Formats: sequence, C-alpha cells, structure tokens
Amino acid sequence: MGAGKFFGLLLVAAAVVFGVARWIDNGYVFFAGYVVLQYIVLATAWNILGGYTGYVNFGIGAFFALGAYSTVVLHKLTSLPIPVMMLVGGLAAGIVGLGTGYLTLRLRGAFFSIATLALAVVVQTLITNWDFVGGSRGAYVLRPRVAPLIGGDYIQYLFLLMLGLMVVILAVARGIERSRLGYGFAAIRDDEGAAEASGVPTLRLKLFATALSGGFMGMAGAPLPYYVTYLDPASGFSLSYAVNSIAMPLIGGTATWLGPVIGAVLLGTLQQVISVTISSAVNLLIVGLMLVGFVIVAPNGIMGLLQARKGRR
Amino acid sequence: MNAAPLLRVENLGKRFGGFVALDAIHLDVAQGERLGLIGPNGSGKSTLVNCICGTLRNESGRVHFSGAPIDGLAAHERTRLGLARSFQLPRPFATLSLAENLRIPILYTVNARPGAGVPAREIEARCADLLSQVGLADKATQLPRDLTQIEMRKLELARAMAAQPKLLISDEAMAGLSHNEVDEIISLLIRLNAQGVTVIMIEHIMRAVMEFSQRLVVLVAGRKIADGDPREVVRDPEVVRAYLGE
Repeated sequence: MGAGKFFGLLLVAAAVVFGVARWIDNGYVFFAGYVVLQYIVLATAWNILGGYTGYVNFGIGAFFALGAYSTVVLHKLTSLPIPVMMLVGGLAAGIVGLGTGYLTLRLRGAFFSIATLALAVVVQTLITNWDFVGGSRGAYVLRPRVAPLIGGDYIQYLFLLMLGLMVVILAVARGIERSRLGYGFAAIRDDEGAAEASGVPTLRLKLFATALSGGFMGMAGAPLPYYVTYLDPASGFSLSYAVNSIAMPLIGGTATWLGPVIGAVLLGTLQQVISVTISSAVNLLIVGLMLVGFVIVAPNGIMGLLQARKGRR
Repeated sequence: MNAAPLLRVENLGKRFGGFVALDAIHLDVAQGERLGLIGPNGSGKSTLVNCICGTLRNESGRVHFSGAPIDGLAAHERTRLGLARSFQLPRPFATLSLAENLRIPILYTVNARPGAGVPAREIEARCADLLSQVGLADKATQLPRDLTQIEMRKLELARAMAAQPKLLISDEAMAGLSHNEVDEIISLLIRLNAQGVTVIMIEHIMRAVMEFSQRLVVLVAGRKIADGDPREVVRDPEVVRAYLGE
C-alpha cells in the first residue's frame, strides 16, 4: 500500500471514529476518547525514538508539558487558534529534543535514559518556579463553550484536533518504517558501530529522531490546558504520561507503527473503564501488572506474538 | 607501485591511558594490492584498523586515503569515501533479514556518493547478487541468528562489499573456521581483489596469510617490525622472536 493510499485510509478511519462519537452524542465519549487518542500520539512519538532507534526516553513528561505550557503562555499573550499553538508547542519541544539529543546522544543504553529522566526533573523545576505560567499554583485556561467550525461542545473540537494529529503521526511513523530513514534507524538500534561502518550518519539520524519524537510529544501536550482548564506542574508532568507512553508500545509491539496504536487503545481504554468503574488510583497498578504479564508471555508485544504465530504456520 | 598510494598511514600513534597501543606506525598500501597484516594478540592490529576506519581517533600522525587526509572524518564519512571493513566478531543487524542487512550500505554509502546510485527498484537485485557471490542467496529473507559461524562471516564480508569499497579491510574473517571454509573465504577475497578492490587482510591463520598476501606487515606491541615479501618476512629473526620467544 502506498503512502498516499494509507493516508487516505487513515482519514476515512478518523472520519468514521468522529462520526460514531458524534452519533453517540455523549460528552463523556469525547472526554475519554481524547485521552486515548492523546496516548496513541504519545506512544507513537515515543516509539519513533525508543522503538525504531532503540533509545529509551524517560523524559516524555518534559516534552509533553513543554507543549502544554507553551499553550499557557500563548493563551495569556495571544488569541491564536489551537492548531497554531500545537505547532508552536511542537516546535518548542522539538528544539528541546534536538538540544537534549545533542548533549546526551553520546550516551548509550541506560545512561541516555537516565539523562532524559534528569531532563524531566530540570524542566519541571523551571516551570514550577516560573511565575508567569502560574508556578506551583498552576494556571487557569478558560475555554469557549462552543467549538469553532463544527459547533457542539468545545471538547468535540479538541477531540477532532487530536484525531487529526493522530492521522499525521501515524502516516509519518509508517512512512519512516518503509523508507531509507527507517532502515538507518533499524541499523542504529541493532548495532551502532556496524551502522557507522555501513555509512549511516548515526548522530544526525538520532538527532532527527529525538527532535521528531519530542516535537510530536509537545504537539500532543499543547491542547492539554484547554482540555483540563486548570494546569499545574504536578499534573502536566505526571509520571503516568511517561509510564503509559512507554508501556503502550511495549505491550503492543515496538517494531511497527501498529504496535503503539494497539497498546494505546487497549491500555488507554482499559484505564478509562477502570477509572469510572473501580478507581482512578488503580491505573498505574494495572499498567504495571500488564507490563509484567507481557514481559513474561509476549516480550515482543502483541504484534510480536501475532508475527510469531504467522511465522510458525 | 609508482603511483600515489591508496592508503597512507603516517606516524600514527594511539594510547589508552598510559598504554601505548600504536607507536609511530608508517604504512603505505598501493591501489590493487593484497596486504597481509599479522601480529600476536594485543599487538594493535584492530586498533590500527579502528584508527584507519574512524572508529577510534588517533592522537598523533595522519591517515591519507585516495590522496586526501581523512583525519577527523567520522566513520560513516570514511566508508562513503570507499573504505570498508568487516568486524572481527560478526556484527550483523540482528532484526533485519540478510537482504536488508546489505540494503543499509547500499542506501547509505553507494547512494550517498555523488553521481548515480542504485535506483530503488534495483536494490533488491543488487542484494540478491551480493548474497549469491558469498553463497547465501537462498537465505535472503532469513535473520542473521539462523546463520552458522561461516555464514555469519560471509554476511559480514558481503555487507562490506555492498558499500562498493576501494579498500576492504578484513579483520580476522577466518578465525575458528575449518580448512575448507578458510579456502572459501580466501578465494572470495582474491576474486574481489581481481575486480580491483584493494584488500588488507588481518589474520592469525598463517596458511591463509601466506596464500593471500603479496606483501606482509608485522605489528608487535604497537610497533611495525617488518614490512615486505611474505616469504622473507616470516624468516626475519625479529618476527620469529616475537612469535616464538627467545
């Protein structure tokens, strides 16, 4: 299937999802659906660096919150439309990704991961002490009641934006997989020294991956202030974003674009259901249990399990 | 040997902390030559390869390739200039099929050079051709983990060949192989040399070295102690002493 056709199919799928959500016409569907979509984007963004090149990033919270806080700033200073704010948030997070990559990509394995963890702490400390965006008190972002363009509740507009971002990132992720870039990423993941010896400019490719991955995380975070209407560092930098965005690709499978989607839909939906039926505090416990289970039963995720079964036949 | 050498190593030095791994190495390799490089374990052979290929940075001296200095260039830039290597312990791309393993240097080396590269629709045929040259044609879709030791060595060489190098450095491609397997690799390297590729062979198996090399260089404790006709070099008293002791 060509890239154009795939993009078309994604658009159709997204239109169907939006159509069904509107047909159900329940505010909660949009609220819960937004979170699942956001996790599809975050999981796919993490996978571009973590799954394709093998560099495990724990600093998801930093990139995500950078997007969110750039919206807080823009909201206070301007009245730009949210799609523009998403681009700005993505750009800011992408630049930070590039800078972080430049400073830390000489580190490999666990050392890179620890450096990204440190980045999350540094950014959170900076935001917590920046009064303009509310500091530790947090910031209120009042959103309009009615959605522009499409009418209905404003949450429908946010849902639609996240759906659009999902279409874009899935097309990008799948495009990378089948391109020269994808082969370069895979070579880096398997053996960086051998990749260099085969002519792969490893540092440049890794920088591109961190910038792209971080940029998409920022874009996913940019609409957050409008979604929650009150944003403080504790929620913007919540550990659950990092844990979920890593767990989802691992559960779904990191080798292909579909893995993070499956993981995010499965885990994201499950968490939403559990939040309503049992308790929202059980969420991380569920993630932990599922991760342990998958490491034992399917170390290559659901996609790995399916492929292994197909190979055996 | 009257033309400028393809590879010129000048006064190259490398130390790890207080340990001098390479000490003022001079080495010229002519276009089209088959050079053997031997030395006891720890004598600096692999370090020399790593300095030539850019995996390690030499502290002193210079490396010239095709008439231009290449010091300071990253490893991938040197590969693009035509300097390919195989690793002592095979380092295949484990999650990629054999054909895809060869696709990487085609995409990133051959197609990154100025001029016409391999068009996308011909890459697959090129990979198949390279695999059949090393006798792995029927395993193109398999993963490296399914290969035997010798097949792994062949894949390693095929990947280096896929970069269409001017100079190929084969770092102990034959260690641990059987007599027949060694012959296979030697004839592969000689065929490659006949196609115009200069080859440096690092090896411990003396039979292979003597059969292959037109010239032999001996490293001992980071210093070059002999350089010349293989039959004369192995009779050199200093070389004999280094290998057999006093």
